[in-house]
Amino acid sequence: MSSYSITEPSAFQKWLAGTLVVAYAIITLLPLVWILTTGFKSPVDAIAYPPKVFFEPSLEGYVNLFTTRTRVSPEQLEALPEPETWYEEIVRNRDMVIAGPSRYGERFLNSVIIGFGSTFLSVFLGTLAAYAFSRFKVPLKDDLLFFILSTRMMPPIAVAIPIFLMFRTLGLSDTHLGMILLYTAVNISLAVWLLKGFMDEIPREYEEAALIDGYTRFQAFYKVVLPQAATGIASTAIFCLIFSWNEYAFAVLLTSGTAQTAPPFIPTIIGVGGQDWPAVAAGATLFLVPVMVFTILLRKHLLRGITFGAVRK
Amino acid sequence: MAEIVIRNLRKDFGDFTAVQSSSFKIEDGEFFMLLGPSGCGKTTTLRMIAGLELPTSGEIYIDGEEVGQKPARQRDIAFVFQMFALYPHMNVRRNISYPLVSQGMSKRQVSEKVAEVSRILGIEDILDRSVSGLSGGDRQRVALGRAIVREPKAFMMDEPLGALDAEFREHMAEELRALHDRMGATTVYVTHDQLEAMQMGDKIVVMNHGVIEQFGTPQDIYDKPATMFVADFIGSPSMNFLRFHGEVHSGSSSVKLHHAELAVPTLREPFEGDLVYGIRPEHVSLVDAGESRGEVVAAEYLGTTQIVTVKTAGGDLKARIASNQSVRSGENVGLAFNGSAATLFDNQTGRALKSDLNEGVLAHV
Repeated sequence: MSSYSITEPSAFQKWLAGTLVVAYAIITLLPLVWILTTGFKSPVDAIAYPPKVFFEPSLEGYVNLFTTRTRVSPEQLEALPEPETWYEEIVRNRDMVIAGPSRYGERFLNSVIIGFGSTFLSVFLGTLAAYAFSRFKVPLKDDLLFFILSTRMMPPIAVAIPIFLMFRTLGLSDTHLGMILLYTAVNISLAVWLLKGFMDEIPREYEEAALIDGYTRFQAFYKVVLPQAATGIASTAIFCLIFSWNEYAFAVLLTSGTAQTAPPFIPTIIGVGGQDWPAVAAGATLFLVPVMVFTILLRKHLLRGITFGAVRK
Repeated sequence: MAEIVIRNLRKDFGDFTAVQSSSFKIEDGEFFMLLGPSGCGKTTTLRMIAGLELPTSGEIYIDGEEVGQKPARQRDIAFVFQMFALYPHMNVRRNISYPLVSQGMSKRQVSEKVAEVSRILGIEDILDRSVSGLSGGDRQRVALGRAIVREPKAFMMDEPLGALDAEFREHMAEELRALHDRMGATTVYVTHDQLEAMQMGDKIVVMNHGVIEQFGTPQDIYDKPATMFVADFIGSPSMNFLRFHGEVHSGSSSVKLHHAELAVPTLREPFEGDLVYGIRPEHVSLVDAGESRGEVVAAEYLGTTQIVTVKTAGGDLKARIASNQSVRSGENVGLAFNGSAATLFDNQTGRALKSDLNEGVLAHV
């Protein structure tokens, strides 16, 4: 007689589940691998057909990403002194010289300021609002919560024109502050709703114990509730960051110079001297890094945060 | 340590009145029980004393000072929650020291106090453990440690044994009472378990629907219930109620109930109408020459005693008798009542009629 359990999966079920997970991982990771490898290919290898899986790695894409270059004639090239750095040598091999740094660094920094700034502001305001909604008798609480949620009932870009006009009138176009406020406004409804769920799950007794132990309401919130809500705050922060980091449409519409973020900038790289796919891929690869690092740092919280409330403890 | 006086305390939540006009006094050093079924307002009363809810009206005096509208942190009391509410992100030592840190006590003093308290509670070996891995009993001890470390004026406990296994409960109840006797601290304890209240309390307040039904020592509440609710709620099995229609006079010492003449303590007030003759099962005995007769329906064996259910003309009755007395189901038996322990109630209001037995107790309800 074979014994089997209804809760413990069989060996076949485990194998099947494992295979599916691996297959799914390959499907989702393949584009990333493509981008990552293209960044290290030469322009010729990048467009080779059939695609080259093995290739001679080159840093040309990264050099092109961070520089602007000018084509010179072979005679002029001969007349120049020997290249001093490895990246100058890469550029000279293509009959070009470095004319100056590109704007990628600036755009990347703009993304960091706007992405993290709006994430911080959304989570900060969201935490306070969620705590108030969770713990206090707020007049018209349900209506207010619905109103907050209703701001996400259409795609944010649907209100692009009024926002464009508003920003122009208020002088917020192409400013860091304007973009931070815009992304915060979009993210805050998500932050309030997610965080309210987390706050609701934290028993009131913890704060009450702190109130009795001699702390004020704010101290109880700060010292007892916040550490408990860390998981929720971390996963909310990741969701907010992913949105504001990747946002493209508003960035194209509202920024052009000082406050332009990386997403609208990266496609413009391609126009410089032909189809420079390695440079575009290099830009995209580097652009992935901050969100990846942030997510990895918080992944322990994220996993718990996403499945929060699904299982009763 | 302090005495606590509650005067005309009331709490409304919107249209719902959780507590209506309660008044009682908790003496210094008393172990005081707030007893009642769930939703009776006992926890709300405790939370108002602690400062976690603000009363709608009325006064609370702790040590002579009116604190009704003051925040919890200014009342110098400690609270033990049913689910203990230990700070999950701190280890045992930090949990216990947390109330001291808020007072700005020096590190050395804090560690001395924590060491002292953990010795009293026998939790020295778990001080550096995380609270999440602790057993129910240890959590309970840590929660008590956090409460006693500050030497507050009074302790509030909201069903602190409710989350423990039955087996461990009894042990913890003894430990709690011993701790109280050792420290002599005023303690207000909420429970819905009448046995726990009788076992541990110096005084009991019985509440129902936001109203105080009776306030007194466990003995008084058991022997001299002020209302039918108290008589029914306290005691297992609860008091027998025999309903009848009749008339009593001040000074009469018996009542006529379904052709039987039953003795009662000498009455101090007249009454006419629907009455209830209340008698505890242990004051009913099976005697052939008894005042009343009935048929045995069932007998529950409980070791030293047994509970016999008898069907009589006035309704079913339970008698607690020695377990060695043999009783057969279906047998016709005579019933004798120890009239000096009986209480008459007004069936309409549930109020006990004044008699020689309960006069002193009813005076301060």
